[in-house]
Amino acid sequence: MPEVRSSDGQSTVMGLVVAVASGKGGTGKTTVAVSLALAQESSVQLLDCDVEEPNVHIFIKPFIEKTEPVSIPIPRVDKSKCDFCGKCAQVCAYNALAVLKNDVLVFADLCHGCGGCSLLCPRNAITEVGKRIGIVESGSAGSMKFAHGKLNIGEAMSPPLIRAVKKQLQLSNSRLTVIDVPPGTSCPVIEAIKDSNFCILVTEPTPFGLNDLILAVEVLKKLKIPMGVVMNRAEPGFEKIDRYCEEEGIPVLMHIPFDREIAVAYSKGIPLIRAKKEYTEKFIAMIDSIRKLSMPVRLN
Amino acid sequence: MKQITVISGKGGTGKTVLTASFAALAKKACFVDCDVDAANLHLVLNPKILESREFTGGKKAVIDTDKCNQCGKCVEVCRFNAISSPNSDGKGSGDFRVDQISCEGCTVCSLVCPVDAIRMEEKLSGKWFISDTKYGPFVHARLEIAQENSGKLVARIREIAREIAQRENLDYVIIDGPPGIGCPVIASLSGVDLALVVAEPTLSGIHDMARIMDVASHFNIPVKVIINKHDINVQNSRSIEKFCREREISVLGHIPFSEKVVESVRRGIPVVESGNDKAVKEIVAIWDKVVVDVI
Repeated sequence: MPEVRSSDGQSTVMGLVVAVASGKGGTGKTTVAVSLALAQESSVQLLDCDVEEPNVHIFIKPFIEKTEPVSIPIPRVDKSKCDFCGKCAQVCAYNALAVLKNDVLVFADLCHGCGGCSLLCPRNAITEVGKRIGIVESGSAGSMKFAHGKLNIGEAMSPPLIRAVKKQLQLSNSRLTVIDVPPGTSCPVIEAIKDSNFCILVTEPTPFGLNDLILAVEVLKKLKIPMGVVMNRAEPGFEKIDRYCEEEGIPVLMHIPFDREIAVAYSKGIPLIRAKKEYTEKFIAMIDSIRKLSMPVRLN
Repeated sequence: MKQITVISGKGGTGKTVLTASFAALAKKACFVDCDVDAANLHLVLNPKILESREFTGGKKAVIDTDKCNQCGKCVEVCRFNAISSPNSDGKGSGDFRVDQISCEGCTVCSLVCPVDAIRMEEKLSGKWFISDTKYGPFVHARLEIAQENSGKLVARIREIAREIAQRENLDYVIIDGPPGIGCPVIASLSGVDLALVVAEPTLSGIHDMARIMDVASHFNIPVKVIINKHDINVQNSRSIEKFCREREISVLGHIPFSEKVVESVRRGIPVVESGNDKAVKEIVAIWDKVVVDVI
């Protein structure tokens, strides 16, 4: 258990934050994240940061105690103060504002909420109002704490919602937090992974799996976060991933063989360690190895 | 010319495997891989790259430490916590720095800096390629690691593909979509003639299918559904059919689980070229229906 001393000299024990990511979608991130969290007997929280397509709740059926709307600030122009000088449109890097002769158009979908327009308006004619992008639901499943985000349909930008889900990290003192990360390698993935102590990369033994694993490894190197690989649907015939991990010095933490029984349990929303009891010990052992491989925990 | 996007919401349901097969079956078509942050279609279409271009999606702030007077104004205005002050290491030494990963390129810091020490620099955020394959022209891209603007890159490569399709008088632009429902997905769906939703009969698959269908209907895109690996859970497959019936969405086919799929991916060829089992027959039948439907 990493221990950190906070500035006031008190000893604070901060929990371990483990992200479960993959690059390629559908390799088994949720399967691993759910079983990893369920394998812990107490003091664990599971955060589903795949806010575009959250699935964790299907497997753990949480009791939702709190639903909070999440908004990003977008500009509102007070036309009685505005002299249509055009400054706001000029400073907006996202083309979210257009100034006409006697009107200002706001394209809310393009706004990143940077606040530049309201800050720099010479007549103080711009205030910011919240635009709802989704919700964060939090609660529990047994002794496990849970939260996820749900992005509104048609909404393009997920990172602010992911940040809202991750606020749970500050609210909780769980010994272990597991984060289910969305697929890919771009901004939502970075937002979900960053500040974790360790990242598990779930892959499958195909050229698709290898290609996307290499991309995900590059992301983690850039973020300087230690990692390990879980090989899902492992079966002989494609050893390139094991070889790649060996060359890169990335530990392979677990092999989950291809098994129709596992696929069927998954299809019904049954967690892996509930369908196959022998995996409980494997996941407990995996957490122990992760603790040894992790970065010391930073204090916010 | 018709544009068709293969999409799914959930990752790993078989989008790329199906897109590659449709590429092999379609006559007079070009193809686009819009999963720009984890592209895979090139691994089965074996492209020969004809042209490669750089993509700069945006700018990032850079602080000139010689000019900086360490006033801290930039840290105050940055909404993305992208600027760290010398005190962030706890020692009070060092310089003001911009974290290139967190910076969203809003330029606000450069506008408020009283000594003009911050400039915005174009950052290379990806590459796109025009390639030739034995099935037709192929436009694909690679977003640099940890970059934003995947939506812009998707829009760019789709524009290139449309130009090629028009110039060469092709009938179809077949688009392999990314997972999720956010920015690059919206860019992959905008203005297409048909969204082919690949659903798998798992509770997660059904949940995600419903959300991607909502996105498509939000943007008025016609939807048709393909159930992949339908025999993994026949009861769930029936739920998908019922769901689609209620929404008056047609189900174009049921593809059974097939060992040939993994085998063909490993060989780097479209599954329809790997033999002729039940799954392959069903994929061929589905493509025939698509052709009839979109004309």
